Amino acid sequence: MRAIGIILAGGNNHRMKELTRKRAIAAMPVAGAYRSIDFALSNMTNSHIQKVAVFTQFNARSLNEHLSSSKWWDFGRKQGGLYVFTPTVTAENNSWYRGTADAIYQNLSFLKNSHEPYVVIASGDGVYKMDYNKVIEYHIEKKADITVVCKDINDDDVERFGVLKMNEESRVEDFEEKPVVARTNTVSCGIYVIRRRQLIELIEKSAEEERFDFVRDILIRYKSLKRIYGYKIKEYWSNISTVSDYFKTNMDFLNKDVNDYFFRTYPDVYSKVEDLPPAKYNVGATVSNALISSGCILNGTVEDSVLFRKVFVGNNSYIKNSIILNDVYIGDNAHIENCIVESRGTIRANAYYKGEGGIQVVVAEGERYIM
Amino acid sequence: MVVKKEMIAMLLAGGQGSRLGVLTTHMAKPAVPFGGKYRIIDFPLSNCINSGIDTVGVLTQYQPLKLNTHIGIGTPWDLDRNMGGVRVLPPFERNVNSEWYTGTANAILQNIEYMESYNPDYVLILSGDHIYKMDYEVMLDFHKQNEADVTIAAMPVPIEEAKRFGIVITDDNRRITEFEEKPEHPRSNLASMGIYIFTWKALKEALMANEDQSNLDFGKHVIPYLHDKQQRMFAYEYNGYWKDVGTLNSYWEANMELIDIIPEFNLYEEYWRIYTKSITLPPQYIAPGSVVEKSIIGSGTTIYGKVYNSVIGCDVVIGEGTEVHDSIIMNDTKIGKNCKLEKAIIAEDAVIGDMVKMGVGEEAENEDFPNIYNHSLVTIAENTVIPSELSIGKNTVMSGTFTLDEFQDGILPSGKSFIKGGDR
Repeated sequence: MRAIGIILAGGNNHRMKELTRKRAIAAMPVAGAYRSIDFALSNMTNSHIQKVAVFTQFNARSLNEHLSSSKWWDFGRKQGGLYVFTPTVTAENNSWYRGTADAIYQNLSFLKNSHEPYVVIASGDGVYKMDYNKVIEYHIEKKADITVVCKDINDDDVERFGVLKMNEESRVEDFEEKPVVARTNTVSCGIYVIRRRQLIELIEKSAEEERFDFVRDILIRYKSLKRIYGYKIKEYWSNISTVSDYFKTNMDFLNKDVNDYFFRTYPDVYSKVEDLPPAKYNVGATVSNALISSGCILNGTVEDSVLFRKVFVGNNSYIKNSIILNDVYIGDNAHIENCIVESRGTIRANAYYKGEGGIQVVVAEGERYIM
Repeated sequence: MVVKKEMIAMLLAGGQGSRLGVLTTHMAKPAVPFGGKYRIIDFPLSNCINSGIDTVGVLTQYQPLKLNTHIGIGTPWDLDRNMGGVRVLPPFERNVNSEWYTGTANAILQNIEYMESYNPDYVLILSGDHIYKMDYEVMLDFHKQNEADVTIAAMPVPIEEAKRFGIVITDDNRRITEFEEKPEHPRSNLASMGIYIFTWKALKEALMANEDQSNLDFGKHVIPYLHDKQQRMFAYEYNGYWKDVGTLNSYWEANMELIDIIPEFNLYEEYWRIYTKSITLPPQYIAPGSVVEKSIIGSGTTIYGKVYNSVIGCDVVIGEGTEVHDSIIMNDTKIGKNCKLEKAIIAEDAVIGDMVKMGVGEEAENEDFPNIYNHSLVTIAENTVIPSELSIGKNTVMSGTFTLDEFQDGILPSGKSFIKGGDR
């Protein structure tokens, strides 16, 4: 056991609009049967990292519920386990996590009481598969102080990310967080490897100086002083931080290559198992290019969409290019196009929702009459 | 340490279920898949935990590997307990008189020590081959109210079918006055469901008294013994859905009943969930151009073809241009392109080539096992490989790895069996 894991799952993002009213981004449902944090957790367990801390703060109820048992990811062993750390009031401290570095500082005993030499820090909002051991090996080989996993993206919105500039040896020369104009298209994936003692030292120093953010106050501040290296990946990686990212990430799973890469290639992605019956297609159900999860009952038409668990679709309803989250009831003759329907919503019969010029988030909290 | 459980359950899961043909070649009947993601034993196990029974002994004997793997330490049913939980109980060697489980009651008799270790007041006897939801706690209340020694769950059946069952005859207070095993002229239509609650003392006494009886059986020996002793026996009437899936046809029917618009046996109710061992699986993918109608489909399955009136398991692939009608396809089976399947039961991990036809041609009775393979069904055993372009007739069975040159004109005619490796 070479490393322990830290998953930063405390964040929120106003660009997720209504979707994070209910939950932290790390708890956002992804690909029909998963939550965003499942990817980082599965990567940890598949990389044989058995001791993992999850830092949560914002709207953590849904996430805590998801993590209520660690057995789904095969944690909960005698050695190691899954630790969920929410801010607590102590004799020394009575504030919330003021930033990612502060979150680690407030739980520094977790790091101090471990014996593993390395720490893998990941965020709870990335959708990817990765063997963190490869990053650790690279980190050792480069004699790096900090290794940052990064990826070249063709997106127009490079500016939403931390942007790196590396030299030929992959040493990070420049790191800018959400720059106004990006100088490269290499972005940080928010996954770092660092020696445990090094991390403790840097975190303690930052705390002394009342600095609280891991990226700004450690990565960027120490970029020339410390040996920071970039580990570039080519595989699929997506980060959920805006409604359109979220929509696109889910729709990516309709692509056979992406789907096979995640779910039919070793190793697996794990999630909390829900005991739901298989999906049921009644007469009148017409489904084309769609992901349908267990517990769904379909009577209408579904095209180019992702349906999460326990969605009911009424007669003659039409769902196109949409994402329907868990436990949504859709009455008869409803029309839903270019939408994300928030979980546990009730769409009444004959309702019409169509996202014009973008994706519409539908929150339909109503009484449910029929079931 | 004092251990005390008011009621424990003993689940008889050792039977082969030979009338399910090749489906039970390598697994006991309770391990046979059902309803897209379940196995038959999930129903009594889920009933137990939903009824508040947390101590269950599962008696295994015939082909237990699949069953043992499925049950594990009982996690899916919340039966992984510090005290109690699920315990698999195979027959074992003793100093003297070692034997297999020779009958239903003999199996229970051989596990007296297990039962005694929980110091129970009542013991519930179940079998692992029925599909139903039942609250055993309500049955226990009935048992206690009557201060009964044994309570037998019984359900009304059409009188013309009554001769296939053990029939109980009761007085107005539901006290059993007589018991007839498969009577020629039934005098009642209350059929025993093979579910018994015994007061532990009465059960133990009856088992010990009949210790030397060979093939000790509840219906044949224990119940008549208690009856002769004038013990208090009551019939608990049950009126819900209860399906014996002992034959291929009843198994097929019970699966098909799940796809009705509002099935009589509803898996979608919030209350009384059925639990099963499941791994995390991605959602199913339904490709453009495919049709899925009146079917249930398990997680991880990919459908490019057309599926009508069928029950499809998890991680199945149904290729482009393939049409599936009135069939049961179990987990991990892959079906090629442009096939046409009619009334097929295809067990787990089978590989079906392209342009395969099943259920075609004239009706003809199965020549070797007409009592097993009938009702026009095509039965394909697990791990079977069917070559492309093969046409398979009705009332047929296939098991093994096949190539097309083994068949004259690329046809397995109706009524034929082709079973390799001595499997039956």
